[in-house]
Amino acid sequence: MHLTLLAFDWVLLLEKAVLILIIISVSLLVAMYETWGERKVAAFMQDRRGPNRAGPGGILQPLADGLKLFMKEEIIPLSSSRLLFVLGPGLAMLTAMMTSAVVPWSSHFHLWGRDISMQIADVNIGILYIFGVVSMGVYGIMIGGWASNNKFSLLAAIRGASQIISYELAMGLSIIALLMITGSLSLKTIVEQQQVGHYYVLLQPLGFLIFLICAFAECNRTPFDLSEAENELNFGYHQEYSSMKLGFYLFAEYVNMFISSAVMATLYWGGYDIPFVNDASLVQSMGQNPVAILQVLSLFVKIVIFIFFFMWVRWTIPRFRYDQLMRLGWNVLIPLALFNMLATGAFILWKG
Amino acid sequence: MQPLTSRAKAVDRKPMNLWERMYIPAIAKGMSITFGHMFKKKPTVNYPEKTRPFSPVFRGLHVLNRDEQGRERCTACGLCAVACPAEAITMEAAERLPGEENLYREEKYAAKYEINMLRCIFCGLCEEACPKDAIYLSETFAPSNYTRKGFIYGKEELLIPNPVTQPEEFAKAKGQRP
Repeated sequence: MHLTLLAFDWVLLLEKAVLILIIISVSLLVAMYETWGERKVAAFMQDRRGPNRAGPGGILQPLADGLKLFMKEEIIPLSSSRLLFVLGPGLAMLTAMMTSAVVPWSSHFHLWGRDISMQIADVNIGILYIFGVVSMGVYGIMIGGWASNNKFSLLAAIRGASQIISYELAMGLSIIALLMITGSLSLKTIVEQQQVGHYYVLLQPLGFLIFLICAFAECNRTPFDLSEAENELNFGYHQEYSSMKLGFYLFAEYVNMFISSAVMATLYWGGYDIPFVNDASLVQSMGQNPVAILQVLSLFVKIVIFIFFFMWVRWTIPRFRYDQLMRLGWNVLIPLALFNMLATGAFILWKG
Repeated sequence: MQPLTSRAKAVDRKPMNLWERMYIPAIAKGMSITFGHMFKKKPTVNYPEKTRPFSPVFRGLHVLNRDEQGRERCTACGLCAVACPAEAITMEAAERLPGEENLYREEKYAAKYEINMLRCIFCGLCEEACPKDAIYLSETFAPSNYTRKGFIYGKEELLIPNPVTQPEEFAKAKGQRP
């Protein structure tokens, strides 16, 4: 009786808490196995085998790596600022995880008479939230570089930060063209529109290309990994870090990759929609819950394909120099994105 | 100035055309090459399950030879120790007692024969210097050890098994050498 007086939906809170727990653990698990995948893919592309000693095919290798990182000595340089030093990796990981809150992982489950939606927060400014959080990710890098009390780390951090903010612009501009078509910022609405219509990659190929290139730059991923390059800037902003703080930085990069792939799949490739299959008729035949599971699987297949693409590009092309990077971001991508916007607007007007 | 080889090519300093400046076609071509490499045969040998095949003249671990009746060939003449550029071989001679004719070929034999594997450079000069065909380099290579002392191989570890009493091991240790 007391509970109903509070007029608070405790079950919803519990539902969301469980969902958050599941999504965070899945993100971390995927980031762990991304390290395995990276090493295997890199090896196969370089005509060698990759880790195959820890467990069959090297499956337990990420556990070994994680254990190694935990066992290392925690070094905090004396002349660094202690609070900031510890805060940097934490911020990087926080912003990487926060983005996963608005991605719709599936349509909804129907359990115990309730419809449980698989999106933690269906805010109607979904994409804007993602941009805000990604901009906060710059803080993680800058704080890490400053707190190391090391000129090279600072230089690398500044380069990293300027790279991220330059490519955010082009990303935002390419998204505007997408918004002209969808009319809504909420990610769930975008996926539902793609379920009935075409995938937006067909309507916005140039926009997808720009978004892809900017996603590479946001994750500090080759060819844009100047700020963490070994031979250019001595490992950059995570040089002074050891043990789990370094692990956090590296993990934050992999979680970022995972989330960027999820966002790309959601915006342009239909999200949890099962391709070539009419989802509504499948719900009629199989029931809601199995279809929801299939939809999660289909989203994960798309994410894995994108992650493989990230790794494929990493081991193909060399790194950009800093001025080439800046020139690409400002001189090439922004005009292209603007042109994309114009073309989309003209097309919409022409179609009536 | 005259080019030094006939393979010199003039550097192409033309500015990039539009197709090249887009980078995307070149990147796509590179990516297809990388993708193709995923399906090629890997030259990695899955050691220690499989080992790389060695040639018969591979210079590996030393072996002190015996003749067909099982007598040791080495006469402790010291030519291998003199020939060794790393001074890895040491030996002490002993005289053959009347009851030991089936153990040693000649009247002088090596009572103590030690090769320090850490000094040895596996050059094979000892094999070339030996007048009795007593030492040769076989096809295995030296296994690892935790202490330096473990690397000083004495006579027992170097001697080939007796062909009369242990024929299979003799055949295995002889390897492919004629």
